[in-house]
Amino acid sequence: MDNFEYANPSTVKEALSLLTAGAEVLAGGTDLLSLLKDEVHKPKRLVNIKNIKALGGISKAGNNIRIGATVTLDELASSQLIRAAYPSLVQAALGITSPQIRNMGTVAGDLCQRPRCWYFRSGNGLLNKSLVENGENKYHAIFGTGSAQFVSASSLGPALMALGATVKIAGADGKTKDVPVAQFFKAPSAEGEREIALAANEIVTDILVPAPATKNATYEVRHKQALDWPLATASVALRMSGTKVTSASITLGHVGPTPVRATEAEKMLVGQTITADSAEKAGAAAVAGAKPLSQNAYKVQLAKVAVKRALLTAAGVKAV
Amino acid sequence: MAEYKWPPMEKRRVMGKRIARLDGPMKSSGRAKYPSDMNRADLLFGALLTSPHAHAKVKSIDLAAAKAIKGVTAIRIISGPGTEIQWAGTEVCAVSAITEEIARDAVKAIKVDYEVLPHLVKEDNLAKVGARAKAAGEQVTGDPDKAFADAEAKTSGDYGIPVITHCCLEPHGSVVAWGADKIDFWPSTQAVSTVGGDLAKMLELPATQVKVDCQYMGGGFGAKFPADRWGAEAARLSKESGGRPVKMFLDRATELTIAGVRPSHFAKIKVAGKKDGTITGWQSESWATGGIGGGGMAPLPYVFTNIPNRRMNHTQVSLNTGPARAWRAPNHPQASFLTCSAITDFADTIGMDPLEVFLKNVAVSARPETYKKQLAKAAELMDWKKKYTHGSKKTGTLRRGLGIGIATWGGAGHASKCKLTINADGTVEVEIGSQDIGTATRTCITQVAAETLGLPMSAIKVKLGNNSYPPSGPSGGSTTIGGVSSSTRKAAVNALEKLFEKVAPTMGVAADQLEADDSRVVAKGNPSKAMSWKQACQKIGPTPISEMGENEPRVAAREGLNTQGASGIQMAEVEVDIETGVVRIVEVVAVQDCGLVVNPKTAESQVAGALIMSVCSALMEERITDQTTGRVLNADMEFYKLAGLPDVGKLTVHMDITPEHDARGIIGLGEPCAIGGVAAIANAAANALGVRVPMVPLTPERVLAALANRRNA
Repeated sequence: MDNFEYANPSTVKEALSLLTAGAEVLAGGTDLLSLLKDEVHKPKRLVNIKNIKALGGISKAGNNIRIGATVTLDELASSQLIRAAYPSLVQAALGITSPQIRNMGTVAGDLCQRPRCWYFRSGNGLLNKSLVENGENKYHAIFGTGSAQFVSASSLGPALMALGATVKIAGADGKTKDVPVAQFFKAPSAEGEREIALAANEIVTDILVPAPATKNATYEVRHKQALDWPLATASVALRMSGTKVTSASITLGHVGPTPVRATEAEKMLVGQTITADSAEKAGAAAVAGAKPLSQNAYKVQLAKVAVKRALLTAAGVKAV
Repeated sequence: MAEYKWPPMEKRRVMGKRIARLDGPMKSSGRAKYPSDMNRADLLFGALLTSPHAHAKVKSIDLAAAKAIKGVTAIRIISGPGTEIQWAGTEVCAVSAITEEIARDAVKAIKVDYEVLPHLVKEDNLAKVGARAKAAGEQVTGDPDKAFADAEAKTSGDYGIPVITHCCLEPHGSVVAWGADKIDFWPSTQAVSTVGGDLAKMLELPATQVKVDCQYMGGGFGAKFPADRWGAEAARLSKESGGRPVKMFLDRATELTIAGVRPSHFAKIKVAGKKDGTITGWQSESWATGGIGGGGMAPLPYVFTNIPNRRMNHTQVSLNTGPARAWRAPNHPQASFLTCSAITDFADTIGMDPLEVFLKNVAVSARPETYKKQLAKAAELMDWKKKYTHGSKKTGTLRRGLGIGIATWGGAGHASKCKLTINADGTVEVEIGSQDIGTATRTCITQVAAETLGLPMSAIKVKLGNNSYPPSGPSGGSTTIGGVSSSTRKAAVNALEKLFEKVAPTMGVAADQLEADDSRVVAKGNPSKAMSWKQACQKIGPTPISEMGENEPRVAAREGLNTQGASGIQMAEVEVDIETGVVRIVEVVAVQDCGLVVNPKTAESQVAGALIMSVCSALMEERITDQTTGRVLNADMEFYKLAGLPDVGKLTVHMDITPEHDARGIIGLGEPCAIGGVAAIANAAANALGVRVPMVPLTPERVLAALANRRNA
């Protein structure tokens, strides 16, 4: 890796002033360090934000629960506030079955991490359509956008999206903005574009999750039980009236360049009771638009099952 | 003539006991220093420039920019202009520098111009390999055509096991210093006594000049015998840098790309037999690759070698990928997987419990009685009879199944010499040019010496891992325990004889009427006539007793200290989620004989390790190459998947320790226990699913595809 400057600010303002051209934010570093070692990223400066106290902590904030950007995955999964209201976030965080990574990795870092596509990581670019389509694509997208066929690596993104969470971003001009998680992720259409709506001179400061009024769950399919990237995940949040669904939010993970909202499945569930049958049908609807590549048709089945099992888990029905 | 034979089982005080490995605390606390741990003030760091192309000709190399980097001490061209590169990762240049970072920067600054040539890096589809296929001939025994024509039942199946790597935790490499009159070589090696000569040959130096030391090493599995090109280049870099030591270890990506693989093996296998389960015919058409050199046929049919009518055809496939090296039981795990899968499928087709079919057909193996007993023991431990149901009878989302794998191996002791010294103060030192590759060799040598001398293990100091000690063979082929135990036994017996001669006059007992027991020298049959070990050793005088012991493979069997021929049965129970295709290990059972077991605890530990390797290979491990770029895509520990603890399941190890096996002497263990697991797990999955997943590892996509194929059939 190339040499770089290391900055250690204690305020967001100071951090933003350090994020000049070629600088990057360092939080847990669980992804960034590997990007540096593989020379996929070559920053001139790393700005460590872990010493900024304002970026930590989980608290109630009006109708929201506020999760600080540098809250670790372990803090998230251990938080009583989170455990009481958002099992889907806890399940997503615990799907990262490495205590080391949960201890170091941060919530915002999980959202901002780069894709694991092996062509990207070996220096062949993020949108190398020809390599992916003609090559080894079993871990790639079944909801690709044409140009982007990698999968978003975020574990928390789908759950936060299903919960209707918002990302708070501080910019260089001192202004802050709130971006819904659904808009925070985006599929790049040109090489060099990022897959998140965060400029290089901006910092995620908080994640705001609406007050819980839902039954929610995440189901993840992994090849290994030990640390491994999910093959497909589904996060769901259900508003209920008695046993009937009044509104459903379903997001698939690791199947597209962004978390993928399953709107048809959501509509279908309104007015329904969650049963093995309705959950199965919702799963099928969620993957109806999938366009698998040469080696990853199996992920369609996995995504379908993940939706079914997430719905059953959220509704308190035995999933398997 | 000295009597070397092992003391009777019931009289052993140290051998055969469950002793924890002596260097366990050193290793677990990090105090054990591996070659890659070496760090000294004058150390230089080596780095390799490797080819990004799988097949190319080197046209030109420009070192100017690299040479201009401050801190670079030497640069060497390994594959000069004109060299034809045959696999990605081939070493092109080597650099040494005062820091690792500078060495890597210098590697980046070297400009190489290649003429890129066509490559092939995939062999799973034989129809697509074209001219890279080379027929390796047909072997026919009996009349297979008639056997198949007359058969009451026939099956045909496709099976495949891909190339996997060794994935050593400590990568290949060494520290080496080319001094004025000697080369100090600290490699991570399985071959302390031979690797120095190997390096000397590559450097065209007398073998006497290379001093080797390796006290601990972090895994080899068959891939760490030679000094290797990177070892020789590190030595030359050291020479060109004024003799400063150069540390050159492969990075993870290079380790998984060029430091050795286990060859793949694919086969279409047809089995013919009777409805009572007797197998009468075998036909296989197989292919394999181990890189550019192709890949030979695994020993098919495995274990059931005397199926009366057989036809085997094999094709070698040459690929532009990193070359094969021995991988814990070369070709045996593949052969066991292919054979046991085909036999299990035959059993399923005729509706018989595969356990019964295995029991019936071990008659055509070399050790029918042993396998019968082991199958029965494994079935008892697995509760097979109670749990087994035919694959067609499974219901539900999570389905469990059982499978069997079988193993055979040689494992006779290698050539080994040992020197044992008894000093006048009673201290004992063993010197042996062997290595402890993680298998508790140190501990077992100590046990043998302590047993023979009638002393506690704490009284014995064992020195190994250095080529100044008497030579011992490389740790390959499961030959170490037999070799070093026998040479240590003989050295200890020889030294004891000398001690008895010294004390015989004082004790008034003929030397050949003395024995060593419980830290004393005692008159046989008259325990009241005794001297303490310390008193006895005082008679030695100023010149210590120092005696050699040698294990010579040609005469070892006659002496009876070690022999060959290990058998093993492994059974697995898995649970498959038929909606996701995820396979989970419930339990793996291993029943393993290896003759006289020196240390049941460390033996069990070795078998458990082999079972974990089998779980990895059956469920996860696969080198994934990319035909467009010609590169290995998963040369890392992220997508080159290995089991973590939650993936392993329950491991049950039963060492088959019986008077009959014990009487055979010591037999190696490392390889035989690493053979049957893949077959057992693959067969268990086939049983759970009611359909064969043709290829391992059993990934969700392969499991779901097999289920879909059955639905479509």
